[in-house]
Amino acid sequence: MLEIAIKGSKKYWIWIGLLLAVMGAGFAVYIEQFINGLAITGMTRDVSWGFYIANFTYLVGVAAGGVMVVIPYYLHDYEKFHRITILGEFLAVASLVMCLLFIIVDLGQPTRALNVLLYPTPHSMLFWDMCVLNGYLFLNIIIGWKVLEAERNQVKPPEWTKPLIYLSIPFAIGIHTVTAYLYCGLPGRGFWLTAVLAPRFLASAFAAGPSVLILLCFVMRKVTKFDPGWDAMQTLSKIVCYALIANVFFFLCEIFVTYYSKIPGHASHINYLFFGLHGHNALVPWMWTSMTLMFIGIILLIIPALRNNQTLLPFTCIMIVVGTWIDKSLGMISGGFVPSPLHHVTEYAPTLKEIIISLAVFGKGLLILTILFKIAAKVKEEVRG
Amino acid sequence: MKKSRRKFLKVAGISALGIGMTPAITTFASSESQGTGTVDAVKSKNAEVFSAKRWGMVIDTSKLTDAIAANITDACHKAHNVPDFNHEPDKEKFPKTSPVNHHQEVKWIWKEHFEHAFPDKEDEFLAEKFKELPFLVTCNHCKNAPCVQACPTQATFKREDGIVLMDFHRCIGCRFCMAACPFGARSFNFRDPRPFIEQTNSSFPTRTKGVVEKCNLCAERLAKGQQPYCAEASQGAIVVGDLENSESEIRQLLNEKYSIRRKQELGTEPSVYYLM
Ligand code: SF4
Ligand code: SF4
Ligand code: SF4
Repeated sequence: MLEIAIKGSKKYWIWIGLLLAVMGAGFAVYIEQFINGLAITGMTRDVSWGFYIANFTYLVGVAAGGVMVVIPYYLHDYEKFHRITILGEFLAVASLVMCLLFIIVDLGQPTRALNVLLYPTPHSMLFWDMCVLNGYLFLNIIIGWKVLEAERNQVKPPEWTKPLIYLSIPFAIGIHTVTAYLYCGLPGRGFWLTAVLAPRFLASAFAAGPSVLILLCFVMRKVTKFDPGWDAMQTLSKIVCYALIANVFFFLCEIFVTYYSKIPGHASHINYLFFGLHGHNALVPWMWTSMTLMFIGIILLIIPALRNNQTLLPFTCIMIVVGTWIDKSLGMISGGFVPSPLHHVTEYAPTLKEIIISLAVFGKGLLILTILFKIAAKVKEEVRG
Repeated sequence: MKKSRRKFLKVAGISALGIGMTPAITTFASSESQGTGTVDAVKSKNAEVFSAKRWGMVIDTSKLTDAIAANITDACHKAHNVPDFNHEPDKEKFPKTSPVNHHQEVKWIWKEHFEHAFPDKEDEFLAEKFKELPFLVTCNHCKNAPCVQACPTQATFKREDGIVLMDFHRCIGCRFCMAACPFGARSFNFRDPRPFIEQTNSSFPTRTKGVVEKCNLCAERLAKGQQPYCAEASQGAIVVGDLENSESEIRQLLNEKYSIRRKQELGTEPSVYYLM
């Protein structure tokens, strides 16, 4: 089926060329980082993770969000998702590739990355995270490809894909749970040290993932002849609505516990994010924007007339993607590190170089996504036409 | 090669040394260092060899002044090739060094005020003298070390005598240990540290960019029966010894005076005690 990817319109090739240019620019900057070290980033001794790990965390969520189409379709035979299940799986593939790349660009010694396999360490959550991420990636590649191939040949997918599909469901939950465990098991970081972190990660993932998927459906309708179906998109938007409410609810639980108990170790981080600490308040406007976007998102999705509005829905989804991204990337990482364990405030902001490298990783993900979606759309067109 | 070095790191402190010590030390010292390792052959048979069930440190806060604290930091950092970002790199040897970001500094032991060393014990009515005292903070060589638990490659590991050590050759620079350490004890080499080392101590490895480092409780000194550099420079304010041995000097100190540890409530069981 790969041959489909190399046949395309002029616009298709311009888009591919654009992505390649972004990747090239990022790669050049990465070479500099590779030679000179992570000094080119805005990370510091106090804020030792930054933009890379933040995006990694967010994209794990987008990848896990794909399961929100897999569960209704495969477990509940929800036929309307028939056409978009493959999109969910391919979105997961692209997101996971970006996740792994973000980990690699974040390493101080990337050439030694394989040490994680050479010296497997079960007591480290990073080891498990690597296992589930690669496992989920592998599952989605196999499942997506085999199911699509079967569709093209107009036969049933091979029987052995069924158990793999079922297996991919706990894996999807697993990748985001273990990613949350990276943070919430650390004794000295009050902001992360909460049992609600993994559920909150999942809730925001199930809002962000399907939102991205809805946006991609709109794009597909515009640029290909393949129509994912308005009904499916409607159902997705309901899923987003519930998940987003859950996310905000978990956050409010967190706020209650923190401010009612008044334990300073927890409050200082949230104070920093939302009100500033000792005169440092770089993230304050961001956090309030995020909260506002998520609240407006909920309102726009709860009211049926607004949710069913085809012109409004893409904007709602963009608001939700931006809102959850700030909440989970920017806020989650900086909030955990500021103030530092010694209660110093060192603020973090990514450098331009860091952002260019990140954009290149996104470019790579979009390239994979474009190719996979193009193949999927073409196959679906062929079968129906 | 890798295996034997790790084994050496592990065994050196516990076992009585003697045979084969000299080549092992040389290997240890020359790896990654510029210049060749020339360690004076230790007359280990004669030297008093230190060993312990669990190494610990006692810092007598009343004996520290700003000047002594500065000396201690200096002694440790110089001996361990810790880069000093205030040092102007030699233009000839390192022609293209970019400006430094002081927030990316490396430090093993340094001075903090009480409210930063013990943020959980911050108190507006605390006796004035404590507010001014220099508190030295460093790695606590925690009994339940979260950094060891977090490290995905065992580059950070705990030796049987309680010292938490690093293998700079295995570290992948993921910085998970830095997120895990509740004491801010760890530093990452955001850049090549070598231009910022005024004078390289050839008997200790220099590090490369991209790895994490921290106080090693002077494992290389303890192995030779010597006290750590900080203890030596402290004019009696720092004592290192065996916490499990009731006869040891540090146990006697702990018996005599009230002591506190940093963030005890987290359960990491720091091995560094502060006498108040
Ligand atoms: S103080 Fe930090 S670096 Fe040292 S052993 Fe404890 S957790 Fe690890
Ligand atoms: S940075 Fe190095 S020592 Fe720290 S957790 Fe990663 S591999 Fe282990
Ligand atoms: S014990 Fe050694 S390494 Fe640790 S702070 Fe003292 S001098 Fe530095």
